[in-house]
Order: sequence, then structure tokens, then C-alpha cells
Amino acid sequence: MQLQTQTRPKVMSVLVMEDRIDAATAIQFKEKMRDVTRDGPARVVLDMARVQFLDSSGLGAIVAVKKLLGPDRVLELSSLTPTVEKVFRLTRMDSVFTIHPSLEIAVAQAASA
Amino acid sequence: MPEAAVQAPELRLEFWADPVSVQQSLAQMLDLPPLSALSDEDRSVAELVLAEVLNNVVEHAYGAGGGRVTVSLTGDPDGIRCRVIDQGRAMPGERLPEGRLPGGPMTALADLPEGGFGWHLIRSLSVGLTYARVNGQNRLGFLLPHGGLDLADGDAPG
Repeated sequence: MQLQTQTRPKVMSVLVMEDRIDAATAIQFKEKMRDVTRDGPARVVLDMARVQFLDSSGLGAIVAVKKLLGPDRVLELSSLTPTVEKVFRLTRMDSVFTIHPSLEIAVAQAASA
Repeated sequence: MPEAAVQAPELRLEFWADPVSVQQSLAQMLDLPPLSALSDEDRSVAELVLAEVLNNVVEHAYGAGGGRVTVSLTGDPDGIRCRVIDQGRAMPGERLPEGRLPGGPMTALADLPEGGFGWHLIRSLSVGLTYARVNGQNRLGFLLPHGGLDLADGDAPG
């Protein structure tokens, strides 16, 4: 599970370098996310542009990362592919996360916040 | 006319129920008929539903002990007929879980659910779901309809 992070003044972005977050990789994803977000800006944007497949285990891991960040930091999402977007919508988790159409928009919004 | 025989599945795969084998077997299934002939959207739905079903077998029917699982897929005019058979533990009460999403407003961080999405997704994206416990086997059947189902915003039955 490879993650690429970029830290800006007000926001850290994390690009998932894999094409799936599933039952076989969910725990690894959660642990790596815990490591890379240990320090840094309050706002974290998870860039999902490369993720073509997310199952319920992967979704659970993303929710777990949001919880790990605690009440003073926030996990937002960007660039969901169609199938991943469907999983968020069907489980109503799209109402729990702020979802940006692209990383650029997410970063611009963070900068002006 | 000869009497219609029980149709042999187009694809039958048997494999060990663990997360990595499930991932590999899914990739194999998607590249072979009948799934390889589907639209991209129907294939991705098939992958998701089969992944949820198989992950449940791994986690709940077998747990740490492991065991074998068989997937049979047949294309027909309505969609893809799927059968999944394992020799693991029976479903609780020998009934399929309802797959209700956790209720209430999901505002408090600590209350957010980290699981329980699987059966909701299966029920939202498949039809004609059947389950039988026969001779120590779990036998699950369902149809993945062509063109998808994707009921509006989580208004899935059950």
C-alpha cells in the first residue's frame, strides 16, 4: 500500500497510489494513513483518483482514519471514481465526508478557509 | 424436445477463502465470460457484490480456520446468475442478514460505523437473493441484473 503525501500550509494531501482498497489491503491502508497523518495540518485530503475499487472493508478503513484524526482535524476526500462514488452514496457515507471533485478544488478551498 | 437439463454454469471457480485469494479470483472472474462481456459499469457492480459475498465467507463462515468456496456464474437474458457455496458456519439463525444501515443521524465522530455496510451493498445491487443451509453447506444465490439496479440513494429493500 503506497501513499504519496504533500504538505501545504493549511492542508495535507494524501494520494493513494493503489487501484484498490479492499479486504486484503484495508488494515495496511489504515496503518499507513495513521503514520503519514501523525503530524501536520488539521485538514487532510485523501485523493482517490487512482482507486478504481473500494469494498466495505476499505470504506470501513476510511471511516476509521477519520476517527483516528480526532475531533480537531478533518479528513476530506477528492476525485472519487464512479464505482467508489457509488459505494459512498449507497452507504450514505457521502453525507459524512466532504467530497471534492478534484484535489485542486480541495486545496483551493482549504487555502481560502 | 428433450427435457431442459440444469444448465451448466459458464464459469465455475473453486478457491481457498482468504482475502488475497478472493482478490486474485475476482480478477480472474472479471477477465472471463460471462463477466468479461458486461459493460464496465455492470462489471464493477459484479466485482463489488461478489467481493462482499466472498469477504463474508472469509470472515464469518470460515474465520481463522479457512476453507474452500465455489463460485458459479451463468449469463442469461436478465443478467448474471451467481451461486456461491461454502462449507463454513451457517448464517446466524440460518437467515440472511437484513443489511440495514446503522440508523440515526451520523453526526458524532465516535458513533460513525466502521462496518456493517457489506450486506447493505449486496442487497442494494442484486435481486432474487436466496440462501439455504443444506448438508453442511451455505448456498447463496442471486442475480446481478443487466444495467444495474442502484436504487436511489440507499433506498434498498430490507
